[in-house]
Amino acid sequence: MIELFRRLVRLPPGASSFADGVDRLHAALLASTLVVGLFLLVVTVRFVVRHRRKSDAPLTERVASSRRAEAALALFVTVAFVAFWIVGFAQYGAMTAPPADAETIYVEAKQWMWKFSYADGRSTNDVLTVPAGRPIKLVLTSRDVVHSFYVPAFRAKQDVLPGRFTVTWFNATTPGTYPIWCAEYCGVSHAAMFGSVVVVPTADYDTWRRSGPGEDAIARGREVATRRGCVACHSLDGGPAAGPTLRGLYGAARPLADGRIVVADDAYLARAIVEPNADVVAGFQPTMPTYHGILEPAEVGALVELMRGLR
Amino acid sequence: MTAIPSQTFVAEETSIASWVFTLDHKRVGVLYLFTLLALLALGGAFAMAIRLEHLGPGETLMSPMTYNRLFTLHGVTMVWLFLIPSIPSAFGNFLLPIMVGAKDVAFPRLNLASYWVFAAGSVVVLVSMFAGGIDTGWTFYVPYAASSPTAVPLALIGIFVVGVSTIMTGINFIVTVHSLRAPGLGWMKLPLFVWAIYATSVIQVLATPVLGMVLVLVGLDHALAFGLFDPAHGGDPLLYQHLFWFYSHPAVYIMVLPAMGVVSEVIPTFARKNPYSYGAIVYSSLGIAFVGFLTWGHHMFVAGLSRFDAGAFGLLSMLVAVFSAIKVFNWVFTLKRGAIALGTPLLHVFAFLVLFFFGGMTGVAVAATSLDVHWHDTAFVVAHFHFVMVGGTLTAFLAALHYWFPKMTGRLYPERPGAIAAVLVFAGFLLTFVPQFLLGNAGMPRRYATYDPAFQGLQRISTVGSWVLGAGMLLIAAYLAWSLFRGARAGDNPWRSRSFEWRTPSPPPKENFVRPPRFDVGAYDYTRPLEGEDE
Ligand code: HEM
Ligand SMILES: [Cu+2]
Repeated sequence: MIELFRRLVRLPPGASSFADGVDRLHAALLASTLVVGLFLLVVTVRFVVRHRRKSDAPLTERVASSRRAEAALALFVTVAFVAFWIVGFAQYGAMTAPPADAETIYVEAKQWMWKFSYADGRSTNDVLTVPAGRPIKLVLTSRDVVHSFYVPAFRAKQDVLPGRFTVTWFNATTPGTYPIWCAEYCGVSHAAMFGSVVVVPTADYDTWRRSGPGEDAIARGREVATRRGCVACHSLDGGPAAGPTLRGLYGAARPLADGRIVVADDAYLARAIVEPNADVVAGFQPTMPTYHGILEPAEVGALVELMRGLR
Repeated sequence: MTAIPSQTFVAEETSIASWVFTLDHKRVGVLYLFTLLALLALGGAFAMAIRLEHLGPGETLMSPMTYNRLFTLHGVTMVWLFLIPSIPSAFGNFLLPIMVGAKDVAFPRLNLASYWVFAAGSVVVLVSMFAGGIDTGWTFYVPYAASSPTAVPLALIGIFVVGVSTIMTGINFIVTVHSLRAPGLGWMKLPLFVWAIYATSVIQVLATPVLGMVLVLVGLDHALAFGLFDPAHGGDPLLYQHLFWFYSHPAVYIMVLPAMGVVSEVIPTFARKNPYSYGAIVYSSLGIAFVGFLTWGHHMFVAGLSRFDAGAFGLLSMLVAVFSAIKVFNWVFTLKRGAIALGTPLLHVFAFLVLFFFGGMTGVAVAATSLDVHWHDTAFVVAHFHFVMVGGTLTAFLAALHYWFPKMTGRLYPERPGAIAAVLVFAGFLLTFVPQFLLGNAGMPRRYATYDPAFQGLQRISTVGSWVLGAGMLLIAAYLAWSLFRGARAGDNPWRSRSFEWRTPSPPPKENFVRPPRFDVGAYDYTRPLEGEDE
């Protein structure tokens, strides 16, 4: 059924765990639109045929709706639209909440290419290799203007902003190669900013990963933290220093100076490194320098991996 | 057939200065109308060029840079210079004072100024786009717009100036409706077109200043590296998107509410029937105007909104759709037990109903949040907003143009070419934009100069559709131009409408009325004959 629907409305194959649900909602909406549309069409045609004007200037009697009918109509459409929203928003909730065991890949967009960095330090341009059947979380940022990471086959899209880190995730179900498009206008070669996702069976993926630099992500993170001077103000072992310790930070609830409490997820931590004064942790001074344009995304990734390891 | 009255607003004075400096709301409306028609033709020509380029997947006629400038020219011209001012400035100006029984708008000088401010702003926008070649799209997203090597600041100044003119018009209409209604004309007796323009004016006055502010800030970012929206200077691009859509979402209701007003006039006249529920149409207009302010975030579902915000904006967007659905049902049921004549304006209104229904339902689809993740910034969204902006506003504009043509000129247009053109426009529109829904499903992003060859079949159908649509528009231009000079005399009230603007001579004299207007028979009362009418 769903395959037939996809073919009819030109949807690409569904290659992620979201695709079936989203396409079913799509089909339900389209079907109800057509049914109600047909009803309105029949009613209109009937009125036009029945009540064609016969004499030049006839008088007509007054026909008025009842309050009851208007209220029933309003109730019916409200219930229908809210029902669509409930289903859609529940799906959206799942699409924006990466599972805890997802592997993280860092994505950097710039005019007009994609760069993907894995925790072990391996980077690729324009080709994203992922395993089938395992959740993958992407942490994305841009070097210049706004781009948008779009994989139609996954029904997944996430804007990529400079100065911010956004997060999306997917679980690719079917091995194959799928296009990545940039969906936010980004300059003269916008239409040429494409890449591909290569989904491979898990065993092949693990082999491919082992063939890489093979660095221990945490060791790389330690190296970056030392080389870039983070450890001058942050301890790695929970001890006091000018800034908060990096141990036990990942995933913790952080009280901020302005009273908010945020969860230190990947995007928060990445942003806290690059733009430290955007959110200042309660009890500290906004003295950390910005690392915007200084740290490579792969380095930011390594630092976040380090913090994840220091739980 | 009665002769054209000798003392019409056109015949009364003929010097060029009498037009340039006119304080007559009808002449201001006519000036706007001709200017807007020229801008529509220009925007349409850009659209044809866009479609032509997409006949083939690679570079067909032009370089990607030229293509990018072209879609910007098209979007900016259509949205900022045509659709937003269209119905209120042309038809609202001409008709609103007559419909409330006034001799003119509340501030005639402000009204004249608004026209010239608009004309000046439009010239600045067009010159900047031609001279500088702007390629940011009509949305001017930063930081691209702040760094794009084009004449962005000048265009922003132009749009700012156009916005000032919008505010002037809005204030004028609000004050006119509040203070110049003829004695005995209560709020709930007003023609629905007046209500629609009133609701629109409120949005214009409240929302446009935010647009002005954003444009100034982007201009400063561009010119002085102010950095408010540019992360390289510590700014935030998302802040821009919030501010931009805070105006530009209500702006879509600035475009469509007046169109709904036209529909609410044309259906009763051609069905000779009272609106199924006057109250429901009025309150849903006000509801749309209000809720329209609370839905802007639905343009940002994948931009990095919090989950809570996305959910709230999705749900609020559904409310707008509820109000729209109530209107659609009321319009259809207004036909019930009427006496329906299938005149050209009604044909355009039927096109409106079909296209607005599908445009609205695809709005519901994108507001379902999870679906928008796939469709956002693809051809699907392009099709959605063309269904509501072209299918909604433009078809209603065409309906208005035909419906009030006798009112403004005292002449009739020929019905047969009118019907043929209406069918051509409708069929051409469907051919152009239905394929774009499918292209969006397939994953074709918008604003792409070149595309995957797999999309070529649908792209070609779309291009052919644009020729049919264009042919329909040219036909309309041809017979209306002919009718302006050669059309049959219309008499004062060729449609035998009850609506108030038809109770004065067509074209109206300088101060609208020869004798004081009477409102004892309601604007939609077809149960008894109108005084002096041979029923
Ligand atoms: C039934 C009510 C409507 C709903 C629920 C609705 C919903 C939406 C949503 C959710 C989007 C965002 C899609 C995206 O960017 O991914 C959207 C885009 C848009 N809508 Fe609607 N819409 C409705 C009616 C209208 C009307 C009446 C107009 C104009 C007359 C309109 C004009 C637009 C425009 C211009 C855009 C896209 C702007 C852009 O990205 O360039 N919509 N609509
Ligand atoms: Cu909107």
